[in-house]
Amino acid sequence: MSQFMTTFGIWLGAFFTISIFSFLYKDNPFYKLAEQIFVGLSAGYWFIYTIYSILIPNLFGKILSDFNSNIMLLIPALLGMMMLIRLIPKLEWISRYPIALVIGTSAGISMLRYTQSDVLSQVAATMINPLGMNTIGEKIGSFILIIGTVCVIMYFYFSRKQEGILGATSKFGIWFLMISFGASFGYTVMARISLLIGRLQFLLGDWLHIIKP
Amino acid sequence: MSTPKTSKPIDRRYIFLILLIGVALPLIFPLGFKSEVSDISRQVYQLIENTPENSIMLMSFDYDPATNTELQPMAKAIIEHAFRRNHKIIAVALWPQGVQMADQAFEYILEKYPDKKYGIDYVNMGFKTGGMVTIQAMGRNIKDVLPKDTKNTPFEEIELLRNVRNYKQIAYVISLSAGDPGLKQYVMAAHDMYKVKVSGGTTAVSTPGFIPYINDQNQLYGLLGGLKGAAEYESMIKVKGTATSGMDAQSVAHILIILFIVMGNIRAFKDKNQKA
Repeated sequence: MSQFMTTFGIWLGAFFTISIFSFLYKDNPFYKLAEQIFVGLSAGYWFIYTIYSILIPNLFGKILSDFNSNIMLLIPALLGMMMLIRLIPKLEWISRYPIALVIGTSAGISMLRYTQSDVLSQVAATMINPLGMNTIGEKIGSFILIIGTVCVIMYFYFSRKQEGILGATSKFGIWFLMISFGASFGYTVMARISLLIGRLQFLLGDWLHIIKP
Repeated sequence: MSTPKTSKPIDRRYIFLILLIGVALPLIFPLGFKSEVSDISRQVYQLIENTPENSIMLMSFDYDPATNTELQPMAKAIIEHAFRRNHKIIAVALWPQGVQMADQAFEYILEKYPDKKYGIDYVNMGFKTGGMVTIQAMGRNIKDVLPKDTKNTPFEEIELLRNVRNYKQIAYVISLSAGDPGLKQYVMAAHDMYKVKVSGGTTAVSTPGFIPYINDQNQLYGLLGGLKGAAEYESMIKVKGTATSGMDAQSVAHILIILFIVMGNIRAFKDKNQKA
């Protein structure tokens, strides 16, 4: 039975993979079927997963097993219910309080951490002495890092008209930005091709056994 | 007045077909292209290689089957390398389906290392919601955040975790990440707050965004970027996995895409000249 289910799953996977790929030829009922089943399954899966992986172990399970030790959990439970009240139009305003709490807490935590990691540490990482580097490659790399950082920041300085030295450095900054966008595009292409490779490895390996899975 | 003639657009389905053949053929008939190992991938390898035996690592599976092709080969290669070095692995997941990804990776590697025991050499502590807050909380007390493993064994009964209290007992953290929460949150909370060494791998789409964290502040100890990063790691530990076999197809696809871009530009240039 287990072997049958594995084989059935592989055939089902192959059918849905080909159905999704068929959209590249043109829109068709197989693509629509696969798309709608995917959306429906995902919604159902996440709904059940949220109940069994988040609500039961973190809330219901703890409250029901040892109420006195977990009485504090009634606060998030209440906040959760307040959020659901959004479904009643007349009482919708109540849901704003838990949303405000979540946004406020997230903003507070993130602000601190982003300032440390994305501002202070990154600024410190740019304050380097290129001449102190070991190899000529590292020295050139460090110079490019400093020049690139300064020029790109200049490009985003809008308080003065970009002409003269400011204009020249900001134009140089555009080049650095374009190169970084090009690199990002290259990586994006690589990621998309990787997805295709993954699906083909499944079709040619697990399904057709042409290659070793 | 006649309108200037422009080239007839190519039916894009031909491009899809060429790309499909271009990717499928190298998978069936491998070409054996060599993949150079980058410095950022080597740093991940060196972090594991230079960490003493019997050290404990925290490995976070922050992805789902959608990014299986890129991140699962990294997971397998890193687990294999860690087992070779006799490192103990605490697996966690900030993404719900990361739990199953971890189980599959361990199951695959255990065929090669049958002597590695659950609860002694590795443990799967399961999924925990909360992202950065969870990572921060583990810095204070891991047991409070992960009281049981996926088999419902209490934290204090797991031999591997007997002396683990917080990040001080963790030699390094590896996060394989397909987005938020993931590697970025480990850099921000685990490294920048608790100074634990953090490394990992990401999908190729996210890789450029993480490279600035590899700096002299050591926010990130190296990075595996996409399928290429996974293939590089496989080559460093001398294993031929799915990433290595996929790199031939990747290279052919890139050559085709470059050719398409060049051809498209030539056509656009000709059309521009005709209009002029």
